[in-house]
Amino acid sequence: MKRKYFATPYLAWMIVLIVAPMIIIAYYAFTGQADGAFTLDNIKAALDPIYMSVLWRSISLAVISTVICLVLGYPIAYILSRMKPSTAAILSMLFILPMWMNFLLRTYAWMTLLDTNGLINRLLGLVGIGPLRLMNTQGAVVVGMVYNYLPFMILPIYNILQKMPKANIEAAQDLGANSKQVFTRVVLPLSRPGVISGIIMVFVPCITTFAISRLLGGSQFMLYGDLIETQFLSVGQAYGGWNVGAALSCIMMVLVFICLGITNHFDKDSSGGTLI
Amino acid sequence: MKRIVSFVLLAAMICLAMAGCSGGNSEATMQLYVLNWGDYIDEEVLENFRTEHPEIDLHYTTMTSNEEMLIQLQSEDCIYDVCFPSDYTISKLINLDLLAEIDTSKLSNYENIDERFLNQPFDPDNTYSVPYAWGTVGILYNTTMVDEPVTSWDILWDEKYAGQIYMYDSVRDSMMVALELLGYSMNTTDPDEIAEAEALLVEQKPLVQAYGTDDLRDRMIAGSGAMAVTYSGDAIYAIMENPDLAYAVPEEGSNIWFDNVIITKSSQNVEAAYIFLDYLLDAEVAAANANYLCYSTPNAAAEEFIDPELLASDVFNVPQDVIDRCEGFIDLEEDEQLYHSAWTRIKAQ
Repeated sequence: MKRKYFATPYLAWMIVLIVAPMIIIAYYAFTGQADGAFTLDNIKAALDPIYMSVLWRSISLAVISTVICLVLGYPIAYILSRMKPSTAAILSMLFILPMWMNFLLRTYAWMTLLDTNGLINRLLGLVGIGPLRLMNTQGAVVVGMVYNYLPFMILPIYNILQKMPKANIEAAQDLGANSKQVFTRVVLPLSRPGVISGIIMVFVPCITTFAISRLLGGSQFMLYGDLIETQFLSVGQAYGGWNVGAALSCIMMVLVFICLGITNHFDKDSSGGTLI
Repeated sequence: MKRIVSFVLLAAMICLAMAGCSGGNSEATMQLYVLNWGDYIDEEVLENFRTEHPEIDLHYTTMTSNEEMLIQLQSEDCIYDVCFPSDYTISKLINLDLLAEIDTSKLSNYENIDERFLNQPFDPDNTYSVPYAWGTVGILYNTTMVDEPVTSWDILWDEKYAGQIYMYDSVRDSMMVALELLGYSMNTTDPDEIAEAEALLVEQKPLVQAYGTDDLRDRMIAGSGAMAVTYSGDAIYAIMENPDLAYAVPEEGSNIWFDNVIITKSSQNVEAAYIFLDYLLDAEVAAANANYLCYSTPNAAAEEFIDPELLASDVFNVPQDVIDRCEGFIDLEEDEQLYHSAWTRIKAQ
């Protein structure tokens, strides 16, 4: 029996649950609600300046969150990779453990932490600061995204740093590189594939996120995901919400593909490190 | 080998678990699928129903919005028999021909219903629905933060309270606030009036702390905000938890809403559905639900079983003059689109 037959269930899964829905989305995006005839009206409606401002907000919050994840995640991954494997295993377990719980519950936990009468404000109150308005701000949305997606940045970088042969570093040191040079000239370039897949794995869910902005942002900072949700659930099929929602989804998919294309371009010569 | 054994064991466990879920009640001869709002019935009522009617295997599911329910009921293979939609959704469901006509002769407790709550505009002769709960929409405010009397919706536009105002994250409810303040009908389909309401809500946005739903009640109890647009039932609950809170229905008028019980047209278990509906209309059951939910009950016979503290409250026992200045929502069909696009623009700002 040929090996490739083993892939059949996965192939069927992909066709039914990934390819077919994408075709359906494209169909709705390019047809009218009333007659089902080809039209560009939905795309035009989706390019409305107000929707574009929502898209811009989504992109900028996703970029901020990704940068914060990278700045926080890289040193953590680096420290983990330098540790004794057993200690590192326990510590990385601590990062993965919260991911076993549903992200909505974890986000609810942040709501009570950030509240005006929440834990953080009460602690600040003890030293005479505040109460500050932490909840329902863009900052709270960024905190929620960073918290939820940080493990997706740490793990691929950690994976690649851990696999990096110690010999490379020793060779660099033998050749007279100081520790800064070892890092910038050897470790950083070699860990690039991990960084790139970390960026993708944080940026893509950030830009498509929707519940976090509603829970921590008090629905004030509508993100692109929220917009799509409103079109499908509130506006509904009868009033063309599915068509405009599908058009918005197409725009989002094109953007995600462009992001993947750009990162793949930088990632041409490497493999591994990716978790997806 | 070991792997195969553990795989088989795992599969067996999953099968067992699934069998455990579907097995349920062995004596049951009838099934009943109920879809209700989260936390919108006294759990004990459900328990008692199950004990008193062992012949019915009750499957109870919850939803968070009328829109979600609409999607469930529109689905080709909708399994639900009984559901609790709100007023304007009922007229929408009637227009979509998804509801079964209700034969009131099969409901021995039907006469318990207060006639004031029958024949509402969304279902003129109560052909399709039976009242379950009702209430008003108003402003829940914290008396330690708001000194002046709350009599008008325009207090929600007062700069003094910037960042301490909560609005309801729902198209019709929020647009209603602006339309009432402008003196228009909350069911208007005039694009200019809707545009004016939109502009007013956009102007208000910088003052708003958050647009929320069920969570507003807990935020207000915790003292995180000065005022919130809420449903009367949530308001009573909040006031009981935090005596600093008070509730007012503004003078301009407000929304009076109803959540009614319906039987779906596609229902396969009509007999069980009628038994369930009649059970809900029982005076003591209706009182148990009202005591638990704090939402006003349309069941006149229930009054003697209702907590006196609730009956004494103007929020629960709404005075007639407040009822008179309130208006109900109706389904606006195509014109509802105007509201949705206005609301999307407000939220996207």
